[in-house]
Amino acid sequence: MIFKRSFAIFVAALIIAGCGAESETSDGKKIVNIGHVGPLTGPIAHLGKDNERGAELAVDEANELDLVIDGVPIQFRLLSEDDEANPQKATVVAQKLVDSDIVGVVGHLNSGTTIPASTIYFDSGIPQVSPSATAITYTHQDYQTAHRVMANDEQQGKVLGDYAVKTLGAKGIAIIDDRSAYGKGLADEFESAIKDAGGKILTREFTDITKTDFTAILTKIKGLNPDLIFYGGMDSQAGPMMKQIKNLGLTGFFLAGDGVQTKQFMVLSGAEGEGAYASSPGLPLDQMAGGKEFREKFKQIYREDIQLYAPYAYDATFVMINAMMRANSTDPATYLPFLRNTDFPGVTGRIRFDERGDLKGGNISLYRVVNGTWQYVETIGGAD
Amino acid sequence: MDIFAQQILNGLVLGSVYALVALGYTMVYGILGLINFAHGEVVMIGAMTALAVVSTLLSVFPEMHPFLTILLAGLAAILVCMSLAFFIERLAYRPLRNAPRLAPLITAIGISILLQNIAMIIWGRKYKTVPQLFPTETFELFGASITSVQIFIILISAVLMSGLLVIVHFTKLGRAMRATSESQRVAGLMGINVNKIISVTFMIGAGLAAVAGILIAGNYSVVHYSMGFMLGLKAFTAAVLGGIGNLGGAVLGGLLLGLIESIGAGYIGDLTGGFLGSHYQDVFAFVVLIVVLVFRPTGLMGERVSERA
Repeated sequence: MIFKRSFAIFVAALIIAGCGAESETSDGKKIVNIGHVGPLTGPIAHLGKDNERGAELAVDEANELDLVIDGVPIQFRLLSEDDEANPQKATVVAQKLVDSDIVGVVGHLNSGTTIPASTIYFDSGIPQVSPSATAITYTHQDYQTAHRVMANDEQQGKVLGDYAVKTLGAKGIAIIDDRSAYGKGLADEFESAIKDAGGKILTREFTDITKTDFTAILTKIKGLNPDLIFYGGMDSQAGPMMKQIKNLGLTGFFLAGDGVQTKQFMVLSGAEGEGAYASSPGLPLDQMAGGKEFREKFKQIYREDIQLYAPYAYDATFVMINAMMRANSTDPATYLPFLRNTDFPGVTGRIRFDERGDLKGGNISLYRVVNGTWQYVETIGGAD
Repeated sequence: MDIFAQQILNGLVLGSVYALVALGYTMVYGILGLINFAHGEVVMIGAMTALAVVSTLLSVFPEMHPFLTILLAGLAAILVCMSLAFFIERLAYRPLRNAPRLAPLITAIGISILLQNIAMIIWGRKYKTVPQLFPTETFELFGASITSVQIFIILISAVLMSGLLVIVHFTKLGRAMRATSESQRVAGLMGINVNKIISVTFMIGAGLAAVAGILIAGNYSVVHYSMGFMLGLKAFTAAVLGGIGNLGGAVLGGLLLGLIESIGAGYIGDLTGGFLGSHYQDVFAFVVLIVVLVFRPTGLMGERVSERA
């Protein structure tokens, strides 16, 4: 009996000791968990892995600096989860991370997953910095915890609208969108920007992500003879649409958002893609403040090129660590106001947040298809 | 005016493809009284197979003449789709031939889902692009532009549809098919191998579907594992519109549906003062279906349905 009790105490002691080991490293550093979420499986797993590596790189570099917060040496640890780009899974892993004692989260990758998950982080008071979610809703829910280090669709729509009217000189404009949260949102912002800039919307047409035949709406648009066609949607539709535009003999510009600025668009549109314009938030890597260095460092460690958003995930992580340093605390409630007041020279550029948590002066780059590849044209905004 | 001509032309191209696929529905229905909902997926398999063959041929024999490439790909697709249809009928529908009518219908939907998922596993989830074998040329016709591929679509569809009408109405096989559709038992008593005729009917429909798949792939330059589903529903609508079970009706229904959709999407916004937009394009197809079913359940040319009932 006595033996049994002492055994129980021994086991309990082991468990407690085990817990102790969880929060401290062998050399006595305090472990601070930072969460990361992105799609690590599924069709855009390569992008999720890219973000994870960006965050991992930042955490590793921060650890090499032997940071001390509030007199305690700190060891950061990245807890990475897979949301499969699925909104339902996103809320499940968000809760899991909150329960695993994280002090902040870098993620998620998609707007569709970031928005539902942001509610969970907000309710638990966990600061969130998304590297790549651009939908407006994310920062318009009045969550003090929500931040992003990339220009949002409102900024993108505005830049595109100004560019269409002022730079390309388009007067009559036709808009098509795919009725998705992203496509409709971007097209709405574009439409109001066109009106502000003095352009004229000739028609607004609609399609959806299951379609490949756009001849009926394009024929109608042809009858209105627009100077420019804007598409709010993804590359899978924009590719065939571009072919049909050329086949119907429509002249004038084709302009779209970041969902189209992809290699897949080039593959799907073929020779007919030539001359299309599309935007993408941020700068091209080579023009970023620390872009070239980061590219080489990344390649040296992972033996692979950056896919897309890794520099943003890297910056998002460092912005968070920087806020903890300034607050001299890893307590989420304490360092959150410091995060909002960030002014950090990141790899992707200067990072400051406005009162909603959006990137201040976020810039948008424009690209054009020349000889079958996206060529950088110019960057608008951001310089402030 | 040229815009109207262009919409008519768009409608004809769309309608030709609908008609080709609708023929497959209507033939099977005419003989078995079965709505073969997996038919749209056969179109998709045809497109996917043709693309796979074209890609392989292009990488192995890059010097091959494009006509030969497309011919071989077409034959392969037709062959694959015909055998697929044969096995679907043999394994999924024949065991249920004397079951209540709902059972084979549900099986058909099941086969449709199964084929989509198999295609997704084999060819992936992404939109796949179709290499351009011929340079696209655009012609002017009554103020409307038409590409060489679209002319090809209308011609091929016309030839195949007339060919089918000739087979059904003027050959021994066609007579056997018509007899089987009148009454399987009596046809059997007359020495017709009913099982064989049913298999052949499925296979002819699948052959037409394969060609439709290739034409669609050529026209839009993209294929996707889910491309057959909506197309199947539209073609079914076309078959019902024309009078299901009636071959001429399927052709008429297909062309009409193509025209209705195209003109509807082009003009509804103006007609309703912007109240309804072009996202109602698909709605037209199904409104037409409902209206026809309410006012003329047998379809435009469908006297035979009442005979069968």
